[in-house]
Amino acid sequence: MNAALKPKHQRLVLVLLAMVALIGAALLAIWGLRSNASYFYLPADIAANRPAPDQAVRLGGMVEAGSYRREADGVTIAFVVNDTKARVPVRFKGIVPDLFKEGSGVVAEGKLGADGVFVADNLLAKHDEKYVPREMKDMTEAQARQTVEETK
Amino acid sequence: MTAEFGLAALWLAAALAALQLFAGALALTRKGEALGGAVRPAAVVQGLLALASFIALVIVFVQTDLSVKLVHNNSHSAKPMLYKLAGAWGNHEGSMLLWVTVMGLAGSIVALVERRLPEKTMLATLAGQAFVSLGFYAFLLFSSNPFTRMAPAPEGRGLNPLLQDPGLAFHPPTLYIGYVGLSIAFSFAIGALITREVSPAFARAMRPWVLGAWIFLTLGIVAGSYWAYYELGWGGWWFWDPVENASLMPWLAATALLHSCSVLAARNALRAWTVMLGVVAFSMSMVGTFLVRSGILTSVHAFAVDPERGSFILALLGIYIGGALTLFGLRASTVTEGERFAVVSRESALVFNNVMLSCTLGIVLVGTLYPLLAEALGQQVSIGPPYFNPFTAIFVVPMLLVMAVGPLLRWRRDEFGRVRKGLILPALAGLLVLGLAISWKPAHVLPVIGLALAPAIGIASLLPLRGRKLRQVKLPLWGMVFAHFGVALSLFGMASDSAFTSEKLVAVNVGEKVAVGPWQIGLKSIDPVAGPNWTALEAVMEARYHGGDAITLHPQSRSFWSPPQQTSESALVTRWNGQLYAVLGDESEDGRWQLRLWWKPFVPMIWFGGILIAFGGFLALLGRVASDLRRIVARNKISYRRQRQGR
Repeated sequence: MNAALKPKHQRLVLVLLAMVALIGAALLAIWGLRSNASYFYLPADIAANRPAPDQAVRLGGMVEAGSYRREADGVTIAFVVNDTKARVPVRFKGIVPDLFKEGSGVVAEGKLGADGVFVADNLLAKHDEKYVPREMKDMTEAQARQTVEETK
Repeated sequence: MTAEFGLAALWLAAALAALQLFAGALALTRKGEALGGAVRPAAVVQGLLALASFIALVIVFVQTDLSVKLVHNNSHSAKPMLYKLAGAWGNHEGSMLLWVTVMGLAGSIVALVERRLPEKTMLATLAGQAFVSLGFYAFLLFSSNPFTRMAPAPEGRGLNPLLQDPGLAFHPPTLYIGYVGLSIAFSFAIGALITREVSPAFARAMRPWVLGAWIFLTLGIVAGSYWAYYELGWGGWWFWDPVENASLMPWLAATALLHSCSVLAARNALRAWTVMLGVVAFSMSMVGTFLVRSGILTSVHAFAVDPERGSFILALLGIYIGGALTLFGLRASTVTEGERFAVVSRESALVFNNVMLSCTLGIVLVGTLYPLLAEALGQQVSIGPPYFNPFTAIFVVPMLLVMAVGPLLRWRRDEFGRVRKGLILPALAGLLVLGLAISWKPAHVLPVIGLALAPAIGIASLLPLRGRKLRQVKLPLWGMVFAHFGVALSLFGMASDSAFTSEKLVAVNVGEKVAVGPWQIGLKSIDPVAGPNWTALEAVMEARYHGGDAITLHPQSRSFWSPPQQTSESALVTRWNGQLYAVLGDESEDGRWQLRLWWKPFVPMIWFGGILIAFGGFLALLGRVASDLRRIVARNKISYRRQRQGR
């Protein structure tokens, strides 16, 4: 601030600059959220509205019974995520979470390939009764309700 | 009996907090002045009673008294003693009790030692503190009683295995001391607003508390990050997990507060801003507590799920933040007048740092809360590194640049030409590394920026020492040098980890060898092993760095039986120039074992730098407390002499 500025003016300029910076940060945040939010998809959502190949997606559902297999390299696994309405094949290269098993819920983070195979770079499974991925908690409940209805 | 004693002590402490609040508030009026004398003793005893209650809880856990519901839910007789102890605070109720205990004890210390401020401001501060405490006492007593009894159960349910780790036994208390230290800063801000006494003396009184809180927050974040790194077996050190953000946000605010406190203490400027930050910093602690404790989010670290508690904390949050902001709105105009300063000056650099920190805080806050908001509107959204990394960098990078220059500037008014010469060396170092980094054809731009900034900041952080006799350099200046150098070191570790890590994911037979980076690793055997409350499969691996001596690694895949859960225990080899990180996976049908191996050059610098940052804070605190003590002694001497001279 120029020394000729009155204290009041200096303060005003400071406050204005701080406001501009903070509002800029807020606008930036909103823009960033719009372009970066990775949306949660169920297999049925993917069937209805296919995400773009480069879009980061969280895919949730049940690991279909009998679909889990390990490929010849010993580190790539393939399985099918199913929500009883649709199914999506998934490939994942890595060490599976400890409680990952067939017939149980999973959230896969990754991208949907052009061939319709979902390539996951991270898997979230149920850890224990105290840690369930947020999306999966609702999902398991919904799933349970559905199973009850189907077997009526 | 112990549990009942603990509960009684807690009720008494709450009653004293009520007394402290009303006596303090009435003492501010003309009629109630006589009550002022009760405030300090009430604060002291309140802290001791809270401590007694906490000790009772620890005893109950050490005895594994299963008739106490909390012990049944979180402990087990077969647990190692350290985790029986840690079980006392490794859960919602216990950690809340720890919270009020630390807060009560901090209040005791303020009541005992703080004599610099006008007495009325002190009374208002202590009343404000009692007001905050009361909310937490109510929370404990009405919604989270840690001493509830139940019919004795045959055995406890155990502590979540992820939490059975020495790092995590001490990590939450560390963060809590940080959070609660900020509540003291909050109370000071409230006290100063009520009596309109925002002065350099106020900043000097508040500063040790901010420094202390900031040191503990820093250490807590460092410990938490290292825990996530080796315990989860994912090889990362920061996941932008909401719970991690919950500790980062108060740290950002506290860092800003620390710097604006310096301006207020030294130059009597930034008065309203400093008070505002005092309010914001504690608000961020509360937001963090709300996020972690309310159960509105599930995270690797969040372990309490109860909507009622969520609403309780949300109500407290509303009362404290809303009340403080209202008070600020009413009083801000009366405390704004401060000293002036020129564009090029130490003050300006610190204002810039403050604004950039606040913007970073805003980015993190929005990114953390947005998914919750979206969920409330019926949309599932998850926000991760693609948002946080670039958007925080936009504000952090300019801040780091100014951090290199700011300490060289004089207070009030300076010429940039005066410091330009000193900056040639760091700028050259930065540009040199930048050139090198670009010639390596990096995949990402952020690690390159980090690699170039690190040496520049590292050199610049030492410049304030130039031309001084090192013996005569005051402790707070040493503190700043260490802390800023630590930032450079951490940055270097982060950038190096993202730029140079080599990773290998393989399935191998016993006896096979794998290469990762400069390492040759052989899988020797897979053995079953057992611990106090788990069994595990343990891989024995032999690692050689550039064909050197063999180092043995033992990564494990553990199974706990109470509660039943599996965890991966990574194995680490630390060298001066990096860390080898190994995780054991599953056995495939053909008898091969999955291994995940990382060579992470210079990654330990991240945490080592963090410890240096905290150490810098510690030196500054030591220097401030020492000079305060000297001032008190000198004042006593003067009054003693005056007495002898009969004045």
